[in-house]
Amino acid sequence: MYQQAKRLYKLALCPVLMLLSLLSTGAWATEGNPQRWQTNMTPGVTEVGAKIYDLHMFVFWVCVVVGIIVFGVMFYSVFAYRKERHEEPATFHENTKLEIAWTVVPFLLLIVMAVPATSTLIEIYDTDDAELDVLITGYQWKWKYEYINPEGDNVSFFSNLLTDKAEIGNTEAKGSNYLIEVDEPLVIPVDTKVRFLVTANDVLHAWWVPALAVKRDAIPGFINEAWTKPTETGVYRGQCAELCGRDHGFMPIVVNVVEEPEYKAWMATKQAEAAEIKKLMAQTFSMDELVERGKGIYNRSCMACHGANGEGGVGKPIANSPIATGEVTAHIDVLVNGVPGSAMQAFGGQLNDVDLAAVVTYTRNAFGNNMGDKVQPIDVYNFKKGQ
Amino acid sequence: MGAHGPAKGLTRWLTTTNHKDIGSMYLWFSFAMFLLGGSFAMIIRAELFQPGLQIVEPEFFNQMTTMHGLVMVFGAIMPAFVGLANWMIPMMIGAPDMALPRMNNWSFWILPPTFLLLASTLFMEGGGPNFGWTFYAPLSTTYAPPSVTFFIFAVHAMGISSIMGSINIIATVVNMRAPGMTYMKMPMFVWTWLITAFLLVAVMPVLAGAVTMMLMDIHFGTSFFSAAGGGDPVLFQHVFWFFGHPEVYIIILPAFGVVSEVIPTFSRKPLFGYASMVYATASIAFLSFIVWAHHMYTVGLPIAGELFFMYATMLIAVPTAAKVFNWITTMFKGSITLETPMLFAIAKVFLFTVGGFSGLMLAIAPADFQYHDSYFVVAHFHYTMVAGAIFALSSAVYYWLPKWTGKMYNETMGKVHFWVSFIGFNLTFFPQHFVGLAGMPRRIPDYNLMFADFNMMSSIGAFIYGSSQLLFLFNIVRTITHGKPVNDDKVWDGATTLEWTVPSPAPYHTFSTPPEVK
Repeated sequence: MYQQAKRLYKLALCPVLMLLSLLSTGAWATEGNPQRWQTNMTPGVTEVGAKIYDLHMFVFWVCVVVGIIVFGVMFYSVFAYRKERHEEPATFHENTKLEIAWTVVPFLLLIVMAVPATSTLIEIYDTDDAELDVLITGYQWKWKYEYINPEGDNVSFFSNLLTDKAEIGNTEAKGSNYLIEVDEPLVIPVDTKVRFLVTANDVLHAWWVPALAVKRDAIPGFINEAWTKPTETGVYRGQCAELCGRDHGFMPIVVNVVEEPEYKAWMATKQAEAAEIKKLMAQTFSMDELVERGKGIYNRSCMACHGANGEGGVGKPIANSPIATGEVTAHIDVLVNGVPGSAMQAFGGQLNDVDLAAVVTYTRNAFGNNMGDKVQPIDVYNFKKGQ
Repeated sequence: MGAHGPAKGLTRWLTTTNHKDIGSMYLWFSFAMFLLGGSFAMIIRAELFQPGLQIVEPEFFNQMTTMHGLVMVFGAIMPAFVGLANWMIPMMIGAPDMALPRMNNWSFWILPPTFLLLASTLFMEGGGPNFGWTFYAPLSTTYAPPSVTFFIFAVHAMGISSIMGSINIIATVVNMRAPGMTYMKMPMFVWTWLITAFLLVAVMPVLAGAVTMMLMDIHFGTSFFSAAGGGDPVLFQHVFWFFGHPEVYIIILPAFGVVSEVIPTFSRKPLFGYASMVYATASIAFLSFIVWAHHMYTVGLPIAGELFFMYATMLIAVPTAAKVFNWITTMFKGSITLETPMLFAIAKVFLFTVGGFSGLMLAIAPADFQYHDSYFVVAHFHYTMVAGAIFALSSAVYYWLPKWTGKMYNETMGKVHFWVSFIGFNLTFFPQHFVGLAGMPRRIPDYNLMFADFNMMSSIGAFIYGSSQLLFLFNIVRTITHGKPVNDDKVWDGATTLEWTVPSPAPYHTFSTPPEVK
């Protein structure tokens, strides 16, 4: 019997040792981004994140200790009071003192947990005195970042999944940032309290970056607040955390935390870019210029639904479509306002007027469509103004 | 047996008002749904076996996660416990049948067409429900596929069935107890079901309200859940979880009842702390109404609300812990044998407690900002739902199968089923804690390479767990067709409740004259 018990004990120890070894090696996360064989939460690169981590570990260890005692008694009973060893069962069935004790002790333990939890929560909710405000808007299936600038124009851009379709379809090797890479990351300065104003354009989303210890639901029509103050520069990755439809798994978040001067330089380029677009809006383009620009926009924003050759897919075909070969104003209308109740989104707020003009022109003159007409930024501008 | 035997042929099952027939139909129906919901889970795990999209499109993947949840919760677990209630409650309280037998027939027969309707949405244009089993607006309203209307109708029908079933249980327990069977003498299984039935009557109409508001938003131009029309998408979540949180206790309380029967029987010792068990169950039921927003810590509740829901949620640990201590103290100094029902009951206590620990962690609101909607949550609720409820159901089936059929199941096969389930289950869900903590969101069809190892483990575990259920099915069928007749009507020497005083198999009508309970 003893031998058998010893063997069992060894067997039971195997997974425990495996677990402990997992926890003690590099798997114990120290970096902000997911690691292979990572088994635990990241403390991240913020003070709040570290506090959350400590709280998580504290409750975890309380559970482990309680678990060892409770399961210890349970497995001891299963072993020691087996019928062949313990023929005559005891008959007791209540003990008021014991029952009061095991009601009061857990209650006290809970109070011990509630105290640090309350103070950390209060800190998470303290969004005052932020030095930078960023409006985050969730779209199906991308994020828009808008830097609120009290003394001038806001800077805004969309952040799309960068991973190649071929990698997702397994025809190409997957990179190490597979599905957690974007074309344009959010850039914020280090050691600065940044407030995020989180909302959504269509359905619910949730903006989650573990290393920054931020997760907030993005709710259409409402603005939620969250904040972070990273203490280390680096690239931190996260994903949408609220089911938002087909490509919920394909709208990652990348935050580039940089030194203040680098942030300022980056901001200056973004502002220059915005000024450039403003200038372009007043220009008249040639057919070739529009088509070339439109092709780039089409491949980035339209191809996923309408196909590489305008043959359609989730979206309707563009080749020979009554819209792309019909009246120009109606064509612009579909792009600017979308088609309610269908997968066609309103691109009026997502693309600038130059890009809209280019992509309308391109689709009227590609995939066998041969309308020969041009749309200029001013046409889009006038359309938007007139509606 | 009595003057009235069962009718012959198909009409017996269509028109029956006998609690045993209806109980059997509920159990078989739920097993069929368990296999259906399980096969959806197999598709999910097959897609997640490796990074990249291999088997299904994201759109279909979302339909699978949604249907898996709906079918398991409403089609498998809930009807299975109603089946047990039908079979066992009258026999446990010494009643001849359920109080409202015709309504009983109807509440069962609503279910098969309802689930046929729900499953048929998968073949409709635009696909089936793809917005998660929690169907948050506006993904489930403005952005839903057209089949959502059928889904709403199905939810209404399930709700009607559940409400009728629970009214029946309340009426039976309140009015039909044998003389001498006072409330505080009722078996724990009856107590937990009585409390569950009250929960169901209270919250199923709330769910009906939620889906009705959806229907209005979709078809009749209202804006309950749309900010553009003056509504609020978060309102949906409040209403849903006001139903949804009691719902998880609706699932788990009868499971508590089952282990409270099985553990004393195989420990050959009375249940420790019977009275405190009853009070603990009632307190859990009460608390379940005031904790709903802990599912919504990240929606932007005011801090006072957040703190209230955190404290109330943590409080649930107290009565739940008391129950676990009671079960363990029942085993302490008992005379224990480890037949299959006992193995499943012990594993349920063990694994449910693990799920309780992660539940306590999730209750801590600041930490939930990291856990929320990650695989950590998926791991947590499968520890409570699968190990907590399904393991208890397996335990109950092995425990009462000899009473139902008069034949003994194959013990070796039962034990194999247990160990394979136990290993498969843990291999599936334990690694999900890790990927969740490492940052993997739930409900995604594809993931970063860093999550690949644990996901592969999880999928292998799921295939093992899934196939072990076929062994379960085989064992049950084999018992019915080839099982050895039981030697003794009592079957288990440690059993004490009334159902073990009637012959095995239990006759078509039991307790035509009420037994005397001392």
